[in-house]
Amino acid sequence: MRVRILYLASLREQLGKTGEDLEISPATSTVAGLRTLLMARGGPWQSALAQGKALRVAVNQEMAQPTTSVKSGDEVAFFPPVTGG
Amino acid sequence: MPVRIQTDDFDAGKEIASLRRGNPKIGAVASFIGVCRDANDGTAVTKMTLEHYPGMTEKALEKIVAEAKSRWNVIDVLVVHRVGELKPTDQVVLVVVSGGHRGDAFAACEFVMDYLKTRAPFWKKEETPQGARWVEARSSDDEAAQRWEPPKRNTAY
Repeated sequence: MRVRILYLASLREQLGKTGEDLEISPATSTVAGLRTLLMARGGPWQSALAQGKALRVAVNQEMAQPTTSVKSGDEVAFFPPVTGG
Repeated sequence: MPVRIQTDDFDAGKEIASLRRGNPKIGAVASFIGVCRDANDGTAVTKMTLEHYPGMTEKALEKIVAEAKSRWNVIDVLVVHRVGELKPTDQVVLVVVSGGHRGDAFAACEFVMDYLKTRAPFWKKEETPQGARWVEARSSDDEAAQRWEPPKRNTAY
């Protein structure tokens, strides 16, 4: 299945990418699964997405949890904790 | 629209007048303006760039406004948040809440800001004499937002 991934703010700079369309196996059906898949690319992916790093994820523009499911066609955004206001 | 994201500055007086629209049910208007400072964490800040996640930002703010309206007895809520390049002394964010009485208007206004700080997808990057840096989220902002759970009504006035 295909998902659209976005990288925002400092994460975009660390990864050198604004986003990508990614074909993933249906086995990667959660936010945590997707994060693990991306970390496996190594280098900045490994360090920027490492467990313990303060990271937020939104699925279809709603804040998500590691257990939130990811379906075909979803928009998944990875970003640091927010600092507006 | 109760929520606006814009690069342009805002005029709080005009926004408040527009929110009131001569509504005689309004007995109180509480407002907050966030302003860009010239220093953060002990370092001079010469300018900052605010970025957001278009689409999610509006949804997140509308949800916060809806929650404020469900928790307190208020009439209208307006949030205007700027994005793009800002300099010290520039206005960043405006929250206006109108209601029958000040207690609920004050509480709802503070709630909207506390939730905006922790739930709306905005990020600040500061220019300092040592170079650019992304602003780190503060645990004090998380604590401020947690004060509002569970829901409670401000009946002190």
